[in-house]
Amino acid sequence: MMTAEEIREIEAELAHYPVRRAGAIEALKVVQRHRGWISDDSVKEIAAFLGMSADEVDAVATFYNLVFRRKVGRHVILVCDSVSCWVMGYDSLRDRLSASLGIGLGETTADGRFTFLPTACLGACDRAPAMMVDEDLHGPVNPGGIDAILGNYR
Amino acid sequence: METPLTGNIRPDREPPDLPEYERAGGYRALRKALLSMTPWKVVEEVRSSMLRGRGGAGFPTGMKWTFVPKGPDAPRPKYLVCNADEMEPGTFKDRLLMEGDPHQLIEGMIVSAYAIEADVAWLFLRVEYALSAGRLAKAIAEAYGKGYLGKDILGSGYSLELYLHTSAGRYMCGEESGLLNSLEGKRATPRAKPPFPAVCGLWGKPTVINNVETLCNVPHIVNRGADWFKGLSRTGDSGTKLYGVSGRVRRPGISELPMGTTIREILESAGGMQEGYRLRAVIPGGASTEFVPAEHQDMPMDFDSLQAVGSRMGTGTMIVLDDRTCPVAMLRNLEQFFARESCGWCTPCRDGLPWVEKLLDAVEVGRGEPEDLELLAMHAKFLGPGLTFCALAPGAMEPLRSGLSLFRDDFLRHIREKRCPWR
Repeated sequence: MMTAEEIREIEAELAHYPVRRAGAIEALKVVQRHRGWISDDSVKEIAAFLGMSADEVDAVATFYNLVFRRKVGRHVILVCDSVSCWVMGYDSLRDRLSASLGIGLGETTADGRFTFLPTACLGACDRAPAMMVDEDLHGPVNPGGIDAILGNYR
Repeated sequence: METPLTGNIRPDREPPDLPEYERAGGYRALRKALLSMTPWKVVEEVRSSMLRGRGGAGFPTGMKWTFVPKGPDAPRPKYLVCNADEMEPGTFKDRLLMEGDPHQLIEGMIVSAYAIEADVAWLFLRVEYALSAGRLAKAIAEAYGKGYLGKDILGSGYSLELYLHTSAGRYMCGEESGLLNSLEGKRATPRAKPPFPAVCGLWGKPTVINNVETLCNVPHIVNRGADWFKGLSRTGDSGTKLYGVSGRVRRPGISELPMGTTIREILESAGGMQEGYRLRAVIPGGASTEFVPAEHQDMPMDFDSLQAVGSRMGTGTMIVLDDRTCPVAMLRNLEQFFARESCGWCTPCRDGLPWVEKLLDAVEVGRGEPEDLELLAMHAKFLGPGLTFCALAPGAMEPLRSGLSLFRDDFLRHIREKRCPWR
């Protein structure tokens, strides 16, 4: 069941739109902010709330890179693999992160602390190679400094 | 040298708050436009300034605004949308404007919305720009608090609501009709044109979509006039430009320079190449533009000059290819991005881009065959302009087409030696 808080936040967004279904992406983001990810049940709840079919909501949910249809860790690491970051050492950054976390891209650590994902350009080409942890942008990241960065996220 | 767009931006990028922005002359253009100019006069001034869109395509902004139905019989509501979904690899210029001077963008949006008589403005921001989002939200709240937004702005009779919308991440959100679908809560697939958004856009109503840098120019044009704006440039394309450099240069970053500054000077503004690296080529304006070899360094970076050598200025943010980076691997990285971000709406793009990516991967790791070059050239042709639903695949083919010709020897060496000679 959607919580009163989730409903309040979604309704606040819906006030800007002429039709309810326009709020589908916002609703997904609100629910993800509260629950961490979008489960099948979340899709059904949002669909019922907006007067859409579950398939329609799922079509939207699966299109966007940062709507998570699988459970993610408490912190999501997005490592930029686009061209400027690649030129400036993405491969070694990825390998070092993978070794530090003990997981590959697309995976979550066993303790549920981190999920490690590739991402398209973070728009931080002047700070390449760059990565984001939750809403924090880091760059240029020296692979040797990764453990210190990860240490900030408990 | 004047730098109107970045004049308020501090080295630490801490943005001016509303009183500071006003002390620097901020919101003067808004007063001037709303209290002493008709909407049509604002359109005329921007049209005379020859401002061309800074999002990549370079379409004349004032002309775009003339396509919107105006007057009491125009369909309502009308919308202005700021495209701040800056997701083209190598492009990072608008982040500087939004983080460093958010009120400049808000003022540009209000004045531009007034020009097209819009009722609602949307600022469509990519979700990864969390710092920009916070600063823009604060600036919007300050502007509402001061009566620069909302009902009857400054007693002018003009009203505007402005909403900040953050995306959920997808390159297609930056394609203007994909952006409209995304704002409507749908997948960001492109729409057929015509009808064009100026007539039938967001929820079927007239809509203008402009880039952040474009909109930030508008208050300065209103304040100082079209002739001043044209005088900022060194060439026929008017204004200044936010040029960016990334890759193996000493100081990657953004510089505001006169339109028509040469590639060499832009590279010098970034401190030149890093020690031990030599310039081989640049991708001049984001991932979807053609490579320009180092021998064209003295060419002005403007829309017309780059077009003359078969490339495009795009966003004006260049990516440097140095002599120690494998060009085939660089192309593979570029095409991997486009293949992943294709929305899948049309078959040539959905099927063609992954094929291109696989071919480049094979060549790069030493499994390539001579005929792969023909296959790649075939894709570069058949995913070109007019053969796909939108410009994503044609854009993806620009670096490939130029790379196949400029780096032909590198491709052949990979195939002949069955390995990447750069490793």
